[in-house]
Amino acid sequence: MSFPWANEYKPTSPLMQWVDQRLPLPRFVYNAVGGGYPVPRNLNYMWNFGILAGVALMLQIVTGVVLAMHYAANDKVAFDSVEHIMRDVNWGWMLRYAHANGASMFFIVVYTHIFRGFFYSSYKAPREMIWLLGVVIFLLMMATAFMGYVLPWGQMSFWGAKVITGLFSAIPLVGTPLQEWLLGGFAPDNAALNRFFSLHFLLPFVILGVIILHVWALHIPGSSNPTGVEVKQESDTVPFHPYYTAKDGFGLGLFLILYCALVFFAPNLLGHPDNYIPANPLSTPAHIVPEWYFWPFYAILRAFTADFMFIPAKLMGVLAMFSAILVWFFLPWLDTGPVRSGHYRPLFRKFFYLLVVDVLVLGYCGGAPAAEPYVMISQIASLYYFLHFLVILPIVSSIETPQPLPFSITEAVLGKDEHAVLSPTQPAVA
Amino acid sequence: MAEQASIASATVTGEEGVRRRDFINIAAVSVAGVGGLAALYPLISQMAPSADVLAESSTEIDISAIATGQAIKAVWRKQPVFIRNLTPEEIKKAEAVDVASLRDPQTLAERTTAGKTNWLITMGVCTHLGCVPLGAGEGEVKGEFGGYFCPCHGSSYDTAARIRKGPAPKNLEVPPHEFSSDTVVKIG
Repeated sequence: MSFPWANEYKPTSPLMQWVDQRLPLPRFVYNAVGGGYPVPRNLNYMWNFGILAGVALMLQIVTGVVLAMHYAANDKVAFDSVEHIMRDVNWGWMLRYAHANGASMFFIVVYTHIFRGFFYSSYKAPREMIWLLGVVIFLLMMATAFMGYVLPWGQMSFWGAKVITGLFSAIPLVGTPLQEWLLGGFAPDNAALNRFFSLHFLLPFVILGVIILHVWALHIPGSSNPTGVEVKQESDTVPFHPYYTAKDGFGLGLFLILYCALVFFAPNLLGHPDNYIPANPLSTPAHIVPEWYFWPFYAILRAFTADFMFIPAKLMGVLAMFSAILVWFFLPWLDTGPVRSGHYRPLFRKFFYLLVVDVLVLGYCGGAPAAEPYVMISQIASLYYFLHFLVILPIVSSIETPQPLPFSITEAVLGKDEHAVLSPTQPAVA
Repeated sequence: MAEQASIASATVTGEEGVRRRDFINIAAVSVAGVGGLAALYPLISQMAPSADVLAESSTEIDISAIATGQAIKAVWRKQPVFIRNLTPEEIKKAEAVDVASLRDPQTLAERTTAGKTNWLITMGVCTHLGCVPLGAGEGEVKGEFGGYFCPCHGSSYDTAARIRKGPAPKNLEVPPHEFSSDTVVKIG
């Protein structure tokens, strides 16, 4: 499971020895994120974002559990209970802003983590399972964030709930009954608010469980690295602690500065003023938009304005929006190139940056009103998004000539690797 | 006694391919499976609309104050209902449309009560994703077909509240309703 040269956990205090013999939990932690986990020595700051995502989840759980002590999930009082948190509860304003902006920070970090995976092809064998579990975590995060945004029961909460559950009504035959079952009524109401609160409390712990599987799967091949060359020898790695605890600690400091800047200086920057108006089932806000982290997918949803053959536009939009994420599940088998890292894949790299631009364009259009030119731009950008994954990536990965890889991580770092030999008679460094 | 002996010998020799232990295993797992599924049913069913939500609430609305060309929003099943008193021009415009060219073909007559064609009563719920379209309130935009316009995703409805443009698949739904008198309509 780990490399043979991994440090062994050797507790010195009698107490820790006593614990280790009975429940080797400290040993488990030591081997997972301590001195017992050998990690490639060349990781760059893009490898900070897994730990940062874990920290963001813990921040959400801690602030969320205390907010739940003051919030009331009832359509008559939910809005007022949020105002009560903001005005009356000791530090309530800070806890709520920390939770709302914590969600944004979580998504910033996770999007970076995902695009790190795209660039370095971290999804390739033998790390497919890590990738698949990661996509599951992302889907759970989206469900959790959506339900959390409904809880304040403002105008955006209510209409967001109506529009998103309305997606299910697009499914033929069972759509409308399914939507009524999900909501427990004909429109979002007390029943919907209550179940969203229940699930919003539960899902973060499900995410935590899947993260444990994600990290477990990671520890079988070990972390990838910016060259994409697998670890060959001891000189390619350093122990996670203290080397990467220190590096992650630095990244965490930057993360917390940005987070605190948002919470204390611009707490409503990423929110919508309309959500400070209590939910009104009779009046739709002029411009309904989801939170920023859903914008690219929302743009894909809205890009379908005409029926396609026998499929209604509404169903097409819904299918496309879900497919935009589901296509990630197939990524390990769509990209067949032998080389992982984008640093050694000149053509792939260009298309990667094009995809980044495409998703940013989609995001911008998703936040804009449903009018021209945004609809047309969304249509072109949505088309390109699917072209990238389903056509460009398979073609590029089969025709591209990658640049020569370093023999080992040590060589990539030091310029030469005198210890690295394929066999005693054949020196690796030509 | 003889019966027991034959079962015992079957168990030992595996006669007829089914041992007593296989039977017990299959029976136990089946009972547990059926029991598990039965226990799942209330857990799923509890999420469906509850009795008070389902209770057929009907609502009576006084329409005497709605002048020609005006519309009001009423509430039925906690959802908005548009009641619109069409002008003769709007009726003419709706009837002039070639029904076969519509996405959801329906005539104005099919969507209103005979003799009261000017009263267009529809749900105020866009058939796309459920926003409340604009056009019923004073001064709201009515879209390029003069009926309703949904601001969420840009669906336009005509003066018979039929879908003409945008992503919505159906016309605005006409709820069950009847006129109790010339000035009162009962919805539901």
